[in-house]
Amino acid sequence: MQMIRCPWCGPREEVEFHYGGQAHVPYPAEPAALSDEEWAHYVFFRDNTRGVFAERWSHSAGCRKWFNALRDTVSYRFLAVYRPGDPRPVLDGSDQTQHQTHHQKAGASS
Amino acid sequence: MADAAPSSTVPLPRTHPLDVRPDLTEQTAGAVVARPLTTAVQVRAELPGPAADAAARVLGVALPARPGTWVATPGGGRVVWLGPDEWLVLDPTTTPWDLEPRLREALAPAGGAAVDVSAQRVVLELSGPLARDLLAAGCAVDTHPSVFPAGRAAQTLLAQAGVVLLALSDDGQRYELLVRSSFARYLADWLVDAATEHRARRA
Repeated sequence: MQMIRCPWCGPREEVEFHYGGQAHVPYPAEPAALSDEEWAHYVFFRDNTRGVFAERWSHSAGCRKWFNALRDTVSYRFLAVYRPGDPRPVLDGSDQTQHQTHHQKAGASS
Repeated sequence: MADAAPSSTVPLPRTHPLDVRPDLTEQTAGAVVARPLTTAVQVRAELPGPAADAAARVLGVALPARPGTWVATPGGGRVVWLGPDEWLVLDPTTTPWDLEPRLREALAPAGGAAVDVSAQRVVLELSGPLARDLLAAGCAVDTHPSVFPAGRAAQTLLAQAGVVLLALSDDGQRYELLVRSSFARYLADWLVDAATEHRARRA
């Protein structure tokens, strides 16, 4: 089973965590000014990223705290975890996963 | 860390969920003992902050700041880290109706909170050479004494049941297991099952 590193408790089994969707979705600055379509986009529309995705997780069977993680949606590998309020970490090149390299190579050769 | 063995245990006027399993210790080859019901108070406070300071004055020991640890209180209780702003105070030497008001009156004006959760959990003691084997049958946390010595604590899952695990000794032979009361009989059954192979090997 995959281990996920809680920023407080350290590595724990995946089943101890709950997924919370895309991270860094800002609440509308002027909610009253939004049209129905803009509300629908805020409430329901999320990115469907192939590769590194910033998302929210909760250590629901442990400290029950929410945190953010950068996860590769292809390999499922967690590349970074960080506490709420902390800025999204910048990954260096070594963190980029294999499939992106393949993808880029395929793109370059075609 | 010295283990704070309770000098006197105050009985609480409630039915113990494991009264129906008087043979639990025998069936687990002596590894599992159900402890009497214990006074437990959940503390919420910002650390550092005035509420955490107030809690420390009442308890006689600072709230542990390091994740996954517990500390002994001078009176024979324990303070367990449950989260960055949440602790569990266990004190078998007092009653909920004594400890909770004392903590709440100190914490509330400072922005903290204290709630009696004595009915929430049952305490099991795991001891002996089987203790780690039983835990390993259903828990992924590394309990080796080199990383989980006395003073360490973990909120995790044991056999899919939420538990708080406390290490009481540095030799990997004494643990306290806190399980929710409604899961206590299930977990007791599971521990008996996990101990079966060891009983057979000894027979």
